[in-house]
Amino acid sequence: MTATTATAAPRGRPVRARSSRDDRQMLAFMGVIMLYLVIALALPLYAILSKSFQNKDGEFVGLANFLEYFNTPALTHSIQNSLTIAVITTLISVSIAFTLAYGLSRSCMRFKGTFKVIAMVPILVPSLLPGIALVYLFGRQGMIRELLFGHDIYGPIGIVISEVFFTLPHALIIIMTALSIADARLYEAAESLNASKLRTFFTVTIPGARYGLISAAFVVFTLTITDFGAPKVIGGGYNVLATDIYKQVIGQQNFEMGAVVSLILLLPAGIAFMVDRIMQRKQVALLSARAVAYEPKPSPLFDWIMFAWAAVVSVFILTILLTCQYAALIKFFPYNLSLSLKNYQFDLMDGGGWASFYNSLELAGWTAVVGTAVVFLGAYMVEKGKGFHAGRALFQFLAMLPMAVPGLVLGLAYIFFFNAPDNPFNFIYHTMAILVISTITHFYTVAHLTAVTALKQMDPEFEAVGASLKSPFYRTFSRVTVPVCLPAILDISIYLFVNAMTTVSAVVFLYGPQTSLASVAVLNMDDAGDIAPAAAMGMMIFYTNAGMRIVHGLLSRGVLRKTQSWRNR
Amino acid sequence: MSQSEPYLRITGLTKKFGEFTALSDVSLEVLEGEFICFLGPSGCGKTTLLRAIAGLDIQTYGSVEQAGKDISELPPAERDFGIVFQSYALFPNLSIERNVGFGLENLGQSSEQVKKRVAELLALVGMPEQGRKYPAQLSGGQQQRVALARAIAISPGLLLLDEPLSALDAKVRVKLRHEIKQLQHKLGITTIMVTHDQEEALTMADRIVVINNGLIEQVGTPEQIYREPATRFVAEFIGAMNFLPASAGDGGEIRIGKTPVRVQGVDLPEGASALLAAIRPEDIRVGEGVENCVDARVESVEFLGPFVRAELSSEMDAGPLYADFSANLVREQSLARGSELRITLPADSIRLYPA
Repeated sequence: MTATTATAAPRGRPVRARSSRDDRQMLAFMGVIMLYLVIALALPLYAILSKSFQNKDGEFVGLANFLEYFNTPALTHSIQNSLTIAVITTLISVSIAFTLAYGLSRSCMRFKGTFKVIAMVPILVPSLLPGIALVYLFGRQGMIRELLFGHDIYGPIGIVISEVFFTLPHALIIIMTALSIADARLYEAAESLNASKLRTFFTVTIPGARYGLISAAFVVFTLTITDFGAPKVIGGGYNVLATDIYKQVIGQQNFEMGAVVSLILLLPAGIAFMVDRIMQRKQVALLSARAVAYEPKPSPLFDWIMFAWAAVVSVFILTILLTCQYAALIKFFPYNLSLSLKNYQFDLMDGGGWASFYNSLELAGWTAVVGTAVVFLGAYMVEKGKGFHAGRALFQFLAMLPMAVPGLVLGLAYIFFFNAPDNPFNFIYHTMAILVISTITHFYTVAHLTAVTALKQMDPEFEAVGASLKSPFYRTFSRVTVPVCLPAILDISIYLFVNAMTTVSAVVFLYGPQTSLASVAVLNMDDAGDIAPAAAMGMMIFYTNAGMRIVHGLLSRGVLRKTQSWRNR
Repeated sequence: MSQSEPYLRITGLTKKFGEFTALSDVSLEVLEGEFICFLGPSGCGKTTLLRAIAGLDIQTYGSVEQAGKDISELPPAERDFGIVFQSYALFPNLSIERNVGFGLENLGQSSEQVKKRVAELLALVGMPEQGRKYPAQLSGGQQQRVALARAIAISPGLLLLDEPLSALDAKVRVKLRHEIKQLQHKLGITTIMVTHDQEEALTMADRIVVINNGLIEQVGTPEQIYREPATRFVAEFIGAMNFLPASAGDGGEIRIGKTPVRVQGVDLPEGASALLAAIRPEDIRVGEGVENCVDARVESVEFLGPFVRAELSSEMDAGPLYADFSANLVREQSLARGSELRITLPADSIRLYPA
């Protein structure tokens, strides 16, 4: 076999490295978490795929469902609608995010910290909330409906405004990161070559941030096309793919057609996801070069323009938020504008009452605790374990997959998989457990990537040193890896908590009579016309998330000071 | 009297990364208590060899025996070694004491014993009473000492050092070089150090293993490596060397240009008519010797502190020849650009390699 190669002929048989007890234990851990991903992700997705080829009685009908779909113009029209909304939202959201990020990272404007905090507010509320605010602002009896010059807020205009609000922080985070890794030396070089500010912008700034821009565009596109909250609340008669799935399943009980629409929605989301991954990889390559951090210099005119712009964006975000708060607090809009707390008496409405809020807290708590443990352990085993490369690659793939799967699709897939009578896991249907599992799975990817990034930043030789000192892996893990990664672990848990509070899409198919959730209550109360209580419940979610963020901030600082005193020289 | 068994025996070791062969059929024996340096340019395979010995990247073929036991297939945790990495890999969240004691706690010793031993070790590496600090509060050299203390804490049979000094600045490096060597001598621990710094290898090692392109070029004492480089690569890699195109002549003589030159103590490479004669700049003498004397002219001089490196052209007409002359000699003979002089190439200083 080696006769044709120039290297020396190897002697004897290849060495087969014996695995240590650590290796075997780590592999077992990884196997268990991989099994979780298979059951909670791969098998349900398979179920939805096969369902799309079946009729109501579960018989295989080939492409019949797809043919029916494409012969129903009312349904196919949504494809165009979804793409239109997603493209327009992407253009607007990325433009705003880029200009804002540019101001925040490249100007010496004041109140940068405040603007950053305000820009993150949309992450803390369900995507249903901006729609509710828009109803109060621009609806039939809206406070400033004249500004629309007769256009209807129910429809594409309302959806796009809501989606811009909802996606802005995501785009901002990505673009800020891209702009913050700019190399000051390039700007000094440009200046020394007498390049104009404009030329420097187009030859240095834009190319440096291009992967971030493209990545942000795809993230916004995916979030928008898969979002269901905004079009549900403010879409009116304007159908998109996400609302179609909901209507097919909840409205018409046509699960097969729901599966077909799901697969169609999976396509653009999947493509956008793959392009984004490629871009991210290139961005990392750019980052690895050691650069000198860019420090903006004061420039009064530019700083004021950027300040004004950031103020405008902040006013937009705060207007949406405060409108909801206002809606929640007044008695009966627009006839009785006196303040009261009656809209917070959720037990008087449909939608599950206060119990749904407590259920949400429970879900968020479990998701944060269990999810963080599962995700971090999984990332550790897959990053630091040895051998079994095929399994490791499969694990990585499964961990990345949830990003490409819209929540509604995941939720529907869970119905098909877990509600099947012959499924041994059938007992978790309509319980808190299935909500926790679906939420962890839905938000697995970002959490996993956060963990992997933190683990990759650690010295790769820690494990080698541990092994040479005869320390079992779990000891090195608990005494070194976890403490060093604690900031990332806290980040993962707050991310999971906040998203568990706000998510609607996956859980809307899965909650049971005893497990209604706050975000779902917002949806259902809005559906029933109880818009003010819906706004009030949305604000409850906001208070909770804002409070948790503050706790997380304090906790992180406290933990950092206590256990990470080594960080301060 | 029987020859003592080697402590470490590497046989026919080959390591492949996919299609790339990082090490090819490497064999080596290391005696107990020896200080061995793996020396070579970056990417030559020296670190790969070290990691194979540690079990961190197990070889594709071949065997490793330590203390008479075949450890070829064992994972690192089941081997007997301590290791210091270039990055030190100190646990940043643990104090110096905890770092050094990390391995001891695994041995099931009481906390009293651990404490005592840690204090001993810290004193041994010259860092008493620094145990409560964290790694980030120490200088690079101090971190290196802590890493060393941690590696020897569990009294391993073999100490592996992977470029331990290359992240330090020059002064600290020279000081630690000496200290590590002394410590190793005191403990008598068999040690393998990977380095790309020839000075480090020459000053510290009992024996040097020169590696290039995944192959061992030469194994020998620092003196052997420097005085009698076995291959052209070793001659070129270590120290400065003049290479002069030459051809085989009659009766143990060679010709450099048209000039016959006598050599002594080297064999003509078999079957090669085109040769390279190699001589170190410091071996070139000024003045008339008994043989191999030629006329030369100073083309330029470069001041290097204690000595001067002169670029010479000679009647051999074999390209520029570099010679190191002491500063005193240069002053006494007032050598400068354009000076004419007689030089001697001592016959026993010339090495021959196939061209």
